Amino acid sequence: MALEFDEITLRLGDFSLRADMQIVPERRVAVIGPSGAGKSTLLALVAGFLVPEAGQLRWQGEDITGLSPGARPVAMIFQEGNLFPHLSVYENVALGVNPALKLSAAQKAEVMRALERVGLRGMDSRRPAQLSGGQQSRAALARALVQDRPILALDEPFAALGPALKAEMLDLVREIAGERRSTVLMVSHDPNDVKRFAEEVVVVADGRAAAPQETAEIFADPPEALRAYLGP
Amino acid sequence: MARRAVPISAWAGAATAALVLMLVGLPIAAVAWRAGGWGGLGPADWAALRFTLVQAVLSAFVSVALAVPVARALARRRFRGRGALVLLMGAPFILPVIVAILGLLAVFGRGGILNGLLDALGLPGIQIYGLHGVVLAHVFFNLPLATRLLLQGWESIPQERFRLAANLGMGPREIMRYLEGPMLRERLPAALLVIFLICLSSFAVALTLGGGPRATTLELAIYQAFRFEFDLARAALLALVQLALVVSAGLVALKLGRVAAFGAGRGLIVERWDARGPGYRALDAGLLALAALFVLLPLAMVALRGLPTLASLPPQVWRAALASLGVALASTALCVAAALALASVRRNWGEMAGILGLAISPLVLGTGAFILINPLISPAALALPVTALVNALMALPFALRVIAPEYARTERDFGRLADTLGMRGRARMRYLIWPQMRGAIGFAAGLSAALSMGDLGVIALFADPERATLPLEVYRLMGAYRMQDAAGAGLLLLLLSFGLFALFDWGGRRGA
Repeated sequence: MALEFDEITLRLGDFSLRADMQIVPERRVAVIGPSGAGKSTLLALVAGFLVPEAGQLRWQGEDITGLSPGARPVAMIFQEGNLFPHLSVYENVALGVNPALKLSAAQKAEVMRALERVGLRGMDSRRPAQLSGGQQSRAALARALVQDRPILALDEPFAALGPALKAEMLDLVREIAGERRSTVLMVSHDPNDVKRFAEEVVVVADGRAAAPQETAEIFADPPEALRAYLGP
Repeated sequence: MARRAVPISAWAGAATAALVLMLVGLPIAAVAWRAGGWGGLGPADWAALRFTLVQAVLSAFVSVALAVPVARALARRRFRGRGALVLLMGAPFILPVIVAILGLLAVFGRGGILNGLLDALGLPGIQIYGLHGVVLAHVFFNLPLATRLLLQGWESIPQERFRLAANLGMGPREIMRYLEGPMLRERLPAALLVIFLICLSSFAVALTLGGGPRATTLELAIYQAFRFEFDLARAALLALVQLALVVSAGLVALKLGRVAAFGAGRGLIVERWDARGPGYRALDAGLLALAALFVLLPLAMVALRGLPTLASLPPQVWRAALASLGVALASTALCVAAALALASVRRNWGEMAGILGLAISPLVLGTGAFILINPLISPAALALPVTALVNALMALPFALRVIAPEYARTERDFGRLADTLGMRGRARMRYLIWPQMRGAIGFAAGLSAALSMGDLGVIALFADPERATLPLEVYRLMGAYRMQDAAGAGLLLLLLSFGLFALFDWGGRRGA
């Protein structure tokens, strides 16, 4: 049972986006397209920040169109602002378990394990400002881990990192997604990231989100919209 | 269709909005119900209406006209203590009116410094009572306010423009013509309007410095109809006239566009290359010194005259101080809670609430509340709770002005993150709103506490000899010509108001 976009139309002022496709579970899918085409809008739709004018969004056959963001099967990592600056790394991650920060001993241990998994052992009492950019991304990932939701939505999550660090983070997400059998949706504007990370690609252009295609296939013979975006 | 971020609690916000509307609407309905016919306006009432308008127009123009050169001097000079001077310009906003009156009397009054000087020079003395006294007091409060509003305007001119002007060899005249003039044309109407609106509802100033058939504002006329004639119908009719006046002025303000925002005047320093000649320097230095003296001298006189009696104040003053503290704290809690709840449902309350707050007068609300309560129990018994409630309502627009933009910023920066994590209600409050907004909440609480502490409005209508807040007690002491005790109590009030403000503001900023 997939993530289904059933004849969805979303309108924001004079901008509109249509999507009628499905995404197969446990796949890593990149969302690419020209800026302003609606890549982030598509993710906001999945995460529940926007509701469509028409159509239905279903996960495993269940209609989730009207669910609030916190009730959706989606963990999200944003481009920036993933951590509350006034809370410690531990608290930031623990919010993923319980939004009122009431954790049992077992849950606390789980948070510490997640921190360890992303390579932040011993950093739990620090504030986000005391972490490097890469470490901040890891903390956000640790929270997505403990949220334990089947869909992981990433909105250009590592855009602020250098190339080497970004590649490292993408590999880490790929590993973790594999362990957790997550469905990953990642907005990106870098074809190299997409080739490195994604199994499938959704092209968003001209007010439409196309059905996903195999990454290797799509880069071998890009459709018109993607060709214009990639350039010569 | 876009979805809004999840508010702390939608129903709490809506309930608060409804409650505020009811608290404002019910007294007004009561006033309208009791007011006996439109034909009832006598010549004294027309005189009050005329005086209200005249003093408000004069106060607005004098304040703004004087503020222009002062703000310009502040904007183009950098010197030690500049920040302190900008801060000082914010002080009158939270200064209890009755304390300012004490200070102004000590400087401009019969036995004051100025008359002493004139007397020594063999010149005739001046009188502070009447129209010019009322305008003087309003200028004392609003010259600093106008200065801060205009300073904001100067700070909005980009630094690059001044650089370009310097490169083109423009002097102060050309800069006024090409840079400052256009900014002033845009900002002056808003500053004038805001001060006009504030002065329309002047009560305590008119109560102490005005009076008589030639210097009575509508608010004062309401009070007199109430206290001296106990003519509820006439008080209600006057309240209705006052309401019509401020609401129509408020609507004009809405039509004209923005009413100037409060706060601001960050003390930003812009490098300037013009007006470097000694004449200009002397001019600006003189202007700033005069403005500082105008604000500081009355305050210093209150401190000077009050200090000797501060330790030996009569017991009723301490009782009143305690009552005032209770009223201020209760009103602050109500006001901040309401502001947070309102900010969480709507992001654009600021403008509307700002105008509403200036337009609704405490005396009108007080009259309405009296009419509602009177058939049930003695209004005097409820004097303090009603005062706290009305004070909270009056401070609400200012608290909203501080809290609403910060709330919107917090939600913009972190709202989506909190939404995906399902943080709602108390959790959202405790782990997102409070840590992010404690600075703004502290500042808003400080403002509201100081405003409530110094308020002399509704309490004057309701109180009996048994009950008083500190401002009312100061006024009673003045009325009994016990000026020594009045000065001591005034100093106590000054310390408590500024102390509460500083305490809340510091508490919010500490560790934030």
